[in-house]
Amino acid sequence: MNDIKIYVQEPSGDKTPVDAPTDMGLSLMEVLKASGYPIAATCGGMALCATCHIEVLSDHELPPPSDDEGYMLDSLPAVTDNSRLSCQVRLTPELDELVVKLGAGD
Amino acid sequence: MNILSTDICIIGAGPVGLFAVFEAGLLKMRCHVVDALAQTGGQLSEIYPKKPIYDIPGFPEVLAGDLVKNLEKQIEPFKPTFTLGERVERFTRLDDGSFIVYTVAGTEISCKIIVIAAGLGSFEPRKPAIEHLALYEGKGVNYMILDPEHYRDKRVVIAGGGDSALDWTIFLANVAKEVTLVHRGTTFRGVPESAEKVQHLAEAGKIKLLLKSNVVGVSGEDKLEAVTISFNNEEDVVQETDYFIPLFGLTPKLGPLEDWDLELQDGAIVVNTFDYSTSIEGVYAIGDINTYPGKLKLILCGFHEAALMAQSAYKYLNPDKKFTLKYTTVNGVPTL
Ligand SMILES: Cc1cc2nc3c(=O)[nH]c(=O)nc-3n(C[C@H](O)[C@H](O)[C@H](O)COP(=O)(O)OP(=O)(O)OC[C@H]3O[C@@H](n4cnc5c(N)ncnc54)[C@H](O)[C@@H]3O)c2cc1C
Ligand code: FES
Repeated sequence: MNDIKIYVQEPSGDKTPVDAPTDMGLSLMEVLKASGYPIAATCGGMALCATCHIEVLSDHELPPPSDDEGYMLDSLPAVTDNSRLSCQVRLTPELDELVVKLGAGD
Repeated sequence: MNILSTDICIIGAGPVGLFAVFEAGLLKMRCHVVDALAQTGGQLSEIYPKKPIYDIPGFPEVLAGDLVKNLEKQIEPFKPTFTLGERVERFTRLDDGSFIVYTVAGTEISCKIIVIAAGLGSFEPRKPAIEHLALYEGKGVNYMILDPEHYRDKRVVIAGGGDSALDWTIFLANVAKEVTLVHRGTTFRGVPESAEKVQHLAEAGKIKLLLKSNVVGVSGEDKLEAVTISFNNEEDVVQETDYFIPLFGLTPKLGPLEDWDLELQDGAIVVNTFDYSTSIEGVYAIGDINTYPGKLKLILCGFHEAALMAQSAYKYLNPDKKFTLKYTTVNGVPTL
C-alpha cells in the first residue's frame, strides 16, 4: 500500500479524509481536484495562477517553496507563512496525516 | 460617450477572439474587439507570456507571447478595431435584430452579431480581504495605475510583493510626494534588478519600505485618509495617506456574463456544436468560455470553433447569398 491520508479542514471545522496515492507522482492539487474540491487549477499546475492555494495546518515539514512558487505566493493578498500552492506539493509518504485548508481560491 | 459600429463585436481579445477576426475577415465581415485587459492575448499575455506552447499545429514550439504577436499580424489586413481596458457589462437587442454592446466606461458598440470569446472570464484585480475596503474604491483605493500623473505630489501606500508592486514603487518614487511599499515577506523574488532598486531607494530615504507587514485597515470620512499597517502581526500603526494601491495581480472572473440570459453550465456557455451558436440568435460563444459534450479547453479547439462560427455568421447576415468555401491559397488574404 502506497496510500496516505490527507485531511481537508472544511469551513465548518470538520476534517474530511482524502486517500492519496504516493506512487503516481501526483501533486496535492491533483488529488484535491479529483476529490471534488473547487480548485480551478487554471494553469494546470505550473505555479502561475494561484487558484490551488492552500494553507498547511499540521506541523509537517514540507520541502520549501521553489522561487517560482515563492514569487507567486508573494504576490497574493491573503497568504500566511503556512500558505502553499498545492500543485507544487508532491505527495510522499512523509505527508501522511497532513491537514490542509483551502485558500481563497484566487 | 463613444459609439462605434461594426458587423461583429467580439468580447475577449484572447487567442480565440483574435483568430475570429481572421475567419470573419475572410468572409468580409468587420470586427471590433473589446477586452477588460489593456493588452490583447488573454491568458497567454496575462498568465504565461514567456512559456513555450507545443501543440499549435505547424509550430513545434512557440512562446505564448509570440503566438499573440503573430495572431495580431495575421489579422492586420482586416483592420480590426479595439476597445481595450474596458469590461463589457451587458448588451441589448434592437427591433431590427441588431445589438448594442455596453462597456463599463460607457462605450457603445452597435453590431449585427456578438461573438463571446471571454475565456475564463474577465481579468480582474485580486483584492485583499480588508474590512470596508470596497467603500473607498475610487475614493483613494485603486487596484490599477492607469495614469501615474494622478499621483503627483500625493502620498501613496502600495501593497504587494510581485513585480508590478516593485515597478510602480520605483516609478512613483519620482512622482508622488511620499511612497510606502508594504510587503508581507522579507525578500522579493521577482526581477532581481527591481528588488535591488527598491532597496536602494529605501536606503536613500526616497521611499519607505515596510517588510513583514500587512495593510489591515482603511479609514477616512468621505474618502481614504489613512491605512492601518500591522508589522510582524504585532504592532499596528496608522499611516495617513491619500492613496492605497494593492497590487496583487489579476485573476479571471466570470463577472457580468452570468446575467446575460445565456444557458450556462458550470460557468461556461452552452453552445450548439454545429456552429457554436448560443441560446440567443446572433450570439456565438467560442474558446474556453463555451461548453459542449467533449469540450477541450485548448487554443487549437478555439481556432476550429472560430472558423465554424464565421461561416454560420456569414449565412445569418447574408441569407440570400450563395456561398462556397474558398481556400486562402487561391486568392491570398483579401483585405477589407
Ligand atoms: C499556464 C497555462 C498554460 C497553457 N498551456 C496551453 C497549451 O500548451 N496549449 C493550449 O492549447 N492551451 C493552453 N492553455 C489554455 C489556453 O491558454 C486557453 O485555452 C486559451 O487562452 C483560451 O483562449 P480564449 O481566447 O478562449 O480565452 P482567454 O485567453 O481566456 O481570453 C479571454 C479574454 O476575454 C476577456 N474578457 C472576458 N470577459 C470579458 C468582459 N465581460 N468584457 C471584456 N473582456 C472580457 C478577458 O479579459 C480575456 O482577456 C494554457 C493555459 C494556461 C493558464
Ligand atoms: S494550479 Fe495554478 S498555481 Fe497551482
